[in-house]
Amino acid sequence: MEKIFQKLSLSSASLVLVILIGIFITLFSAAKPAIEEFGLHFLVDPTWNKEVPVEGTADTINTALNNADEDIIEDEDDMILDEDEESQTKTLYGGLVPIVGTILSTLIALSFALPIAMGIAVFLAEIASKNISKFVGMAIELLAAIPSIIFGMWGLYYFAPIISDAFGGYQVSLLTAGLVLGIMILPFMAAITRDSMNTTPDVLKESAYALGATKFEVVKDIIFPYSKVGIIGSIILALGRALGETMAVAFLIGAVYSLPEKITDPTISIPVAMAVNFGEASGLGESALFYLGLILFVMSFIIISVAKFYFLKKVKL
Amino acid sequence: MTKVIKLALVASVLAGGLSANDVLKGSGASFPYSVYQKWTKAYYKATGIKVDYISKGSSKGIKDAKARQVDFAGTDKPLSPKVLKQNNLYQFPGVVGAITMGYNIPGVSNLKLSRSAIVAISEGKIKYWDNKLITAANAGLKLPHEKVTFVHRADGSGTTFNYTYFLSKVSKEWRHTYGAKKSLNWPGNQHIGGNKNTGVASLIKQTPYSVGYIDYADAQKNGIVMASVENRAGHYIKPELKAFQIAAAKANLDPKKDFYSIIADPKGAYSYPIVAATFILVPAEKQETNKKVTAFFDWSYKNGQEIAKSLGFVPLPDALTDKIRKYWEEKGIR
Repeated sequence: MEKIFQKLSLSSASLVLVILIGIFITLFSAAKPAIEEFGLHFLVDPTWNKEVPVEGTADTINTALNNADEDIIEDEDDMILDEDEESQTKTLYGGLVPIVGTILSTLIALSFALPIAMGIAVFLAEIASKNISKFVGMAIELLAAIPSIIFGMWGLYYFAPIISDAFGGYQVSLLTAGLVLGIMILPFMAAITRDSMNTTPDVLKESAYALGATKFEVVKDIIFPYSKVGIIGSIILALGRALGETMAVAFLIGAVYSLPEKITDPTISIPVAMAVNFGEASGLGESALFYLGLILFVMSFIIISVAKFYFLKKVKL
Repeated sequence: MTKVIKLALVASVLAGGLSANDVLKGSGASFPYSVYQKWTKAYYKATGIKVDYISKGSSKGIKDAKARQVDFAGTDKPLSPKVLKQNNLYQFPGVVGAITMGYNIPGVSNLKLSRSAIVAISEGKIKYWDNKLITAANAGLKLPHEKVTFVHRADGSGTTFNYTYFLSKVSKEWRHTYGAKKSLNWPGNQHIGGNKNTGVASLIKQTPYSVGYIDYADAQKNGIVMASVENRAGHYIKPELKAFQIAAAKANLDPKKDFYSIIADPKGAYSYPIVAATFILVPAEKQETNKKVTAFFDWSYKNGQEIAKSLGFVPLPDALTDKIRKYWEEKGIR
């Protein structure tokens, strides 16, 4: 029995690793054509889906086009280029815009949600009476259960007009997407932070009060230091969700391949680029999307492990 | 007892397998999805035969047809006879739809857009609504000095392909610079992308001084005001079923070329210009299933007209469906 139990738990633990490695391999092999074509330049190239003549044949193309030029094409065959047929142009893909969009929207979401989540958690753990705490706590957990498509539609129909009235600019923008993303990750941070705050031993708090500390001082000097690990854990979890959120952001970010100049400009994120283009993508375009997916995978991996190993270690010491 | 259970299991698996074979499987283009979906339902009610069409997008439809993963596939982009032959496929049109220019200018409800204005808007070259290219066609209409926001599809779609195809036919410059594509990196900096038709519809509705391309059915459903569009003959045509029908009748779909043609910008004084046919692909070697597929479309051409109309699509004109039936007979799939 003991042995079976041990093996079962071992295999379920290793399954996670196998799945992770499997995902990485699939992504990598699907992205390989794009990686070979664009290399690391992909990371800093802001163009997406741009057709350019293949080097050296530019002249022949131009003459071919000029010869075939009539104002209205009667023979449709001239116009439709099948994907199977060889084309003399190649399409360029670069990932800079979605990468920047992902990072910026996540940063906006975090900086909006973090203070509010902390406020909620302190309120629930320390200030509110038990009944209110229970009620609000439940509401927070329900918020976490709302499907992201609902956040997307709600954001598009009701939230976006308010944002553009208040801040100007377009209704769908980095800001709108970031704020709705913030609302979506808020419950994770608040609930986990509250739970870890609740683990602060009462002895510590009571001794502080006995020494004449105010509530603010207790929260600041006892509860926060004690529950730091849990708080950072909650931020990491929320970060993971914000980086990969697709549906809600797809409706709200504007899906435009240009770098935002202002916070109210539309742009695009990696998950959105993948979701909206995947249906009609083929060939190198599809591979470029997988490349984006690989970048997101590696990016979240790096961010989360840095947070985990660096910050958590620092806090524990 | 266990034997009985086993038998029952085997029987149910067999029955399940058999009934699964009865389902005609299709996948592909999302543009005609609403029509196909209602047709399949009505067809099931009338005949008891199940047809299952999944909206995956034209590219995936073509892929599925080439890989023989479905009984028929839908695509908004027709394949050339050469490619059809290479892959041993047959092709015929399914239904005709129209794309409209929806807009939102407070107080303006009878906007006319010339061909050059539509191209310039799509290229991001028109910054304000009182631009000469727009006002020239709208004498008597007071257009405000407000920024134009162009709304387009963010996701790859047949709608975008057909719209950019129309632009390519109208403008040489567009054809050379951008061409006809399912998804495009739109030029200019006054545009935003909406996810699917729902997204485009709500963005047009919510963004004052915006204009965007959207299929007729969704524009109508969402109460979006649609512009009259200049056709090849220079007339401004209101987007209406009648005008689409006239356009569809003028379309040059030739069975000898496996109907390989895009019908945008047809001739005729009263044709609405931005129309699009969507196509069906069937694997040539599967004669028996093809007969079932063509029976379904035959039924739909005859009985699905009202359904198509109610969804903002145009049933194929009789002259064309006759051609299609002949094509089926020639290929031996009817």
